[in-house]
Amino acid sequence: MKRLFDLSFRYKIPLWGSVLIVTAALFVASSLMFRAYEDLRRDLYISADGLARTLAKTLFPAILHDNVWQAFEIVRAPFHGASPEHPVQAELVLVVDDRQQIYVSDDPKTLPMLTGIRYVSEEFAALAQRIAELGASPGTHEFAGSKHIYFITPIADGEALLGHLVLGYSREAFFERFLDIARNAAGIAALVVTVLLPINWYWGRRTAEPLVRLAARMSEVGHSVPAPMEPGLYAYRDELGRLFEAYERMVTELRGKKVLEREMVRSERLAAVGRLSAGIAHEINNPLAGMLTAISTLKEHGHADVRTLKTMALVERGLQQIRDTVAALLVQARLVSRNLAAQDLEDVRTLLEPEAQRKAARIEWQCEVQGEVDLPATLVRQILINLMLNAINAAGERGSVRCRVALEGNCLEINVANDGRPLPEEVKERLFEPFTTTGSGPGLGLWVTYQIVQQLGGRIAARSGDGLTFFTVSLPASPAPCVPKATASA
Amino acid sequence: MDTGKRSTVAVSDALPHSAADGVTDWLLRRACGLRRLPNGDLRTRRRVLRAAVAAFGELWLAGAGRAAVGSRTVRFGLTPAFLHDQHGLLADWREYLRDKLGRPVEFVLRDSYRETMDLLRLTKIDFAWICDYPYLHLKDEVRLMAVPLYRGRPYYRSYLIVAARNLHVSSIAQLKGNIFAYADPYSNTGYLAPRYALHRLGENPERFFRKTFFTYSHRKVIEAVASGLAVAGAVDSYVWDSLAVVAPEITRQTRIVSISEEFGFPPLVAHRSVGDEEFRQMQGVLLNMGRDPGGRSLLARFHIDAFIPGKPAMYDGVARMMLAFGEG
Repeated sequence: MKRLFDLSFRYKIPLWGSVLIVTAALFVASSLMFRAYEDLRRDLYISADGLARTLAKTLFPAILHDNVWQAFEIVRAPFHGASPEHPVQAELVLVVDDRQQIYVSDDPKTLPMLTGIRYVSEEFAALAQRIAELGASPGTHEFAGSKHIYFITPIADGEALLGHLVLGYSREAFFERFLDIARNAAGIAALVVTVLLPINWYWGRRTAEPLVRLAARMSEVGHSVPAPMEPGLYAYRDELGRLFEAYERMVTELRGKKVLEREMVRSERLAAVGRLSAGIAHEINNPLAGMLTAISTLKEHGHADVRTLKTMALVERGLQQIRDTVAALLVQARLVSRNLAAQDLEDVRTLLEPEAQRKAARIEWQCEVQGEVDLPATLVRQILINLMLNAINAAGERGSVRCRVALEGNCLEINVANDGRPLPEEVKERLFEPFTTTGSGPGLGLWVTYQIVQQLGGRIAARSGDGLTFFTVSLPASPAPCVPKATASA
Repeated sequence: MDTGKRSTVAVSDALPHSAADGVTDWLLRRACGLRRLPNGDLRTRRRVLRAAVAAFGELWLAGAGRAAVGSRTVRFGLTPAFLHDQHGLLADWREYLRDKLGRPVEFVLRDSYRETMDLLRLTKIDFAWICDYPYLHLKDEVRLMAVPLYRGRPYYRSYLIVAARNLHVSSIAQLKGNIFAYADPYSNTGYLAPRYALHRLGENPERFFRKTFFTYSHRKVIEAVASGLAVAGAVDSYVWDSLAVVAPEITRQTRIVSISEEFGFPPLVAHRSVGDEEFRQMQGVLLNMGRDPGGRSLLARFHIDAFIPGKPAMYDGVARMMLAFGEG
């Protein structure tokens, strides 16, 4: 039974509907049959009673005067005898005298005059007993397996009881007629069921389908963020429709959460990398400074031969490269700087011009900043230069680079776009990590930019789309954090 | 035992034929299944010739007596003895009589002999076609007017019949303790004759059978035996033979066990109060029915050959039987 309840709604709804329809059809059909049976029986009783009363009244004088022939003509009158057209007609008419002998019957060949009815058959013996029990009151006699339904009417006038009239109605014909009606009712029920079942099946499937889809999607929750529903799958405002809406909301929120998580993981990683590199840098810088000082001292006072000097110069250049690299890793934003002015941005533009010309790239410059902004000018310039150089590089020969700098509320927004190749997925993930490069350069530009943005309390994001690659930086000009206008995506 | 049905319908000129149809049968009961006489039967020819001579005289008399008799309606009693389904014949015969007599004719039908006998006694009717047994009962009050000629003879018989499937019965003596159907208490062939047969066997007819009943019609006796209501019955040979022609499916269900001696055929009688002229006029019309096509056609439909004057002595056999039961 439990397995039945475990079934999918796809089967359960139509199945229950079918069970209900069939049950209802059965119930209606059987109540119709029951009603028909009762009606038939009542018709039979009324018809038999009317006939019996009339016959008994007519028979009384005939029997009183012992007019056998007249009584015979009365019982043989052609208003009985079952036929398909008149199934409720008496099949047997019998007059029994006060000694329970047959006075006259409509078929003397099988039921001759003066025969004691109890000797005719077992059925008639029971009938005789019933007649004796009834006395002067009318009644019926019928038992399971009896051939007829007997209607017993006393032939009497006042005190004088001359005998009994027995009308026998064929039970077989009666049941045959009932079966006819029953067959009709069953046919109608079958028709109703035939029409309703497919409709029910269709409707059930239709109702279950969105639920089933929803359940399938819901079961994905936990493993992955499920895909949104096909639009128009269920466009109604009932409970199911509301469930769909809730699902859509949930999916949206889950996706947002997922993006947030990924970003958090990435910034955590970047922070860890930052801490690590800062730590390493510090640890390297101290001995490095010592080593460089020692080499410098040795060069000035050591009287070394040419060969040694050459080697020391090689060592010194290597150590200087290490120092540069470490310096680049260890981004220090704490240096004091003047506020950013519009002129600083123009300077950056001027600085980049030669590089752009060398690459024959077109720069679209849009600067909407006027006056001063409460942000360190050096750092903002470095950010802008890094992003622009990257963009010019990415745009390639005869590429196009667009830059927009504007104040949005209390935030300085920097947007840099290029029409170069979009960012590959593997690069996207590690974009702001050190030594991530797409070819040229050591791959520290974005790392430095990221570190600066972080230290200024801003946000940086990159995305590709519409043939363009965007880098967006938001920097809070006041201690209040930036309110993002749109969700940036990696 | 005078409990017969009392359906009474008078058929008169004033009534259309369809009204007569409601009752009729009277003549049908009387008349069925008569064969034409062979042309070569000399005796018949002689009788016909004699009848013709007599008829000529009668016609003359009738013409002369018409004035005396006037235009009073003739009332003719018919007793039930035969088939129920030739209403048209009765109407045609009435018309025929009216045309011949020049007077309206009214048929008075009763379902038992007894009632017609009472009507005769009370002179409610002038003429009647009755059974021979009632005729003898009324001998002092009526005059014999005409006797039908059936199969060339003015006689008929009583048939003892049983159901066709009942093969072992060969005599009335074997029917002791059975159920027996009589036609009418005033029927000769349907009551007196079988009782007389038992009487001759030394049996008491009142106790011989287990139960007896009257059907008040010969045809119904045949039906009672055919249906199995009665084991045996006694019936008019004229009725049985006629029915065998008209409705053989009924007679086929019965079997004739024995045939009685001959009895004078049920006669047509006139009450003694009817004047001679009127008597002769009516007798003349009846006896001359064979002389014109209309009459001949009617006789054929009655299954009889002709009417003859008849003689009371023809009924002596019946009288003897009555005597055996202390009657007459």
